[in-house]
Amino acid sequence: MQGLDFSVVAPYVDILLMGTWWTAILTVSAGALSFVGGIIFAVVVLYAPAIVAYPVRLFMWVFMGTPLLLQLFLIYFGLVQIGIDIPALVAGIVGLGLHFAVYNADVLRAGIVAVDFGQTEGARSIGFGKWQTLRYVVIPQAVRNTIPPIGGNMIALLKESAIVSVIGIAELVHSAQLAISETFRPFEFYITAAALYYLLNLVLEAGLRRFERNVEISR
Amino acid sequence: MSMQRPMVEVRGARKSFGAAEVLKGIDLSVDRGQIVAVIGPSGSGKSTLLRSINHLEALDSGEVWLDGMQVNQPLHGQAFERHINKVRQQMGMVFQHFNLFPHLTVLDNITMGPVILKGMSKSEAHALAHGLLSKVGLADKIDAYPSRLSGGQKQRVAIARALAMQPKVMLFDEATSALDPELVDEVNAVMKKLAAEHMTMLIVTHEMRFAGEVADRVLFMDGGVVVEEGPPSEMFRAPQKERTRTFLKKYLSA
Amino acid sequence: MDFSLMQRVFPFFVEAAFVTIEITALALVLGLVAAALAAAAKMSRSAPLRTIGTLYVSLFRGTPCLIQLFVLYFGGPQVGINLEPFAAGVIGLGLNIGAYMAESIRGALVAVDRGQIEAARTIGFSRFQTLRKVVLPQAARLMIRPLGVNTVALLKGSALVSTISVVELTYTAQRFIGSTYKPFEIFGIAALLYMIMVYAVARVVDMLDKRFAIV
Repeated sequence: MQGLDFSVVAPYVDILLMGTWWTAILTVSAGALSFVGGIIFAVVVLYAPAIVAYPVRLFMWVFMGTPLLLQLFLIYFGLVQIGIDIPALVAGIVGLGLHFAVYNADVLRAGIVAVDFGQTEGARSIGFGKWQTLRYVVIPQAVRNTIPPIGGNMIALLKESAIVSVIGIAELVHSAQLAISETFRPFEFYITAAALYYLLNLVLEAGLRRFERNVEISR
Repeated sequence: MSMQRPMVEVRGARKSFGAAEVLKGIDLSVDRGQIVAVIGPSGSGKSTLLRSINHLEALDSGEVWLDGMQVNQPLHGQAFERHINKVRQQMGMVFQHFNLFPHLTVLDNITMGPVILKGMSKSEAHALAHGLLSKVGLADKIDAYPSRLSGGQKQRVAIARALAMQPKVMLFDEATSALDPELVDEVNAVMKKLAAEHMTMLIVTHEMRFAGEVADRVLFMDGGVVVEEGPPSEMFRAPQKERTRTFLKKYLSA
Repeated sequence: MDFSLMQRVFPFFVEAAFVTIEITALALVLGLVAAALAAAAKMSRSAPLRTIGTLYVSLFRGTPCLIQLFVLYFGGPQVGINLEPFAAGVIGLGLNIGAYMAESIRGALVAVDRGQIEAARTIGFSRFQTLRKVVLPQAARLMIRPLGVNTVALLKGSALVSTISVVELTYTAQRFIGSTYKPFEIFGIAALLYMIMVYAVARVVDMLDKRFAIV
């Protein structure tokens, strides 16, 4: 036992904040990818011809049934195997984004199905095409109605993003590990990292609550 | 002089929810074997009054008595908890939305109280439940789950469940307002049967005709006060107060 | 696809899958106990207990499970806690999922209709009798799905203990990817085994849900 001394953290504050910043960037970009990807997957599964829909369903099924960590390994090392050498950061964003796109698609698919059929009939009756109806009437309503669970997925994404440290992305966990390799003080640095995640989590939750309220008001 | 003692007595009952005062000093007394109907517009405080007799709502001030025992005794913590559980065993309450336990059969809904709280043997409780179900005309539903019953049947089971505790008084909180019109009569019939057996009853209702048929006395509440009370013949034919007249005109013409 | 490789390494993966099952099962038991205690604390009438329950749930839900494992396993020795990787994995995963399960349990208890409590209380049942005989039997049913979702998340999340060198399924996959450079084949085997486990848990949850459905 060495006893605890949190003052060891002080010289590394810059590095940790840089890591926090990268975690935020990672979360936002993977979050955006997961949202767009979620809509695409949901629409494909519901409306695309079977030859496209079935492979996507299989993909979703596999991604929901396996750990994110394993998926990251596949993307990072798998792409190298087939000759595509992408930076770890891109692999991390794609991995996180695809993983949560599958969860968002699951939510959005239920949301699209739940939009009242009268809405579709109403849009079609004024001359909207099938795609236009989906694009301008059904999907916007489905997205609005599924904001809380999708927000929940975004919060999960923030915390799960810690995992990409294993493929060497310089985010928050990785920057803590860097400091630990020099100081041999894992407890202090991991607790500090935890506190920073907790703060990011609070900020994201508050942001989502505010967004939900605004959407609620604009109804 | 115990025969003179009212079965239920409420003195100076006051209750507010936030800024809204729902009970503004209510006095009420129900004698043994008497049937009192409480009528009034929604928001008049009639349900709150009934619920406060069972202490589902705690009064801000005033007293509730059941057969010479104060219901809202100034006890605290576990002592009050023990006291109120004993008192409630002597009052049967029937809710608008039945509140049958969906995870239990009709039989278990009825016998749970007597078996657990009164230590009645299972076979004795079974016989009791069977008798009560026959009385409400549902002996064949003894093993059914509540979800298989119609609203009227649910409410009759709920009445049997309350009766199984051999209560001194039955409190009915709009027992038929959640029912389809054609199911109201079967529940009213059971309540009339109880009336014929001289069960003490306090009935909050919006059914004027039924109140007129069954009650010995009718109370009209509005805005948290008892506006007027009397035997149904007088109340419905010749109400004294303007507010009562307006209310009855609206209701009886509807 | 290199099928001979897959055949050769498959036995190692099956063995590793059993470690994953073992660690998940133990963490599940620990998690359920922690969750029941935390839910009780959060709903208790004592303010200090409520604070403790709320703190536990919000801290463990508000930070990554990976960090919690690292604090316990790498940071533990600094405060006199020396745990084997396996034990640290079980405790870390268990405490983490316990915080999520506490919310599942609390949500189910709160979802039981208030009228049910009133009806039981008017018959004369005490708070405890009402909880045991009326609220819990109904809440238990409402808990099955959310707790099932938590269990599936725990099973997949157990991959994280590979980072503290517990030799389970993901660790084994990682090792073979490193030594064979055949990520698709290795991923295929590991994914297959995870999916068998995940969808088996989902089936069990479906069955329990049907079994406890209120007719």
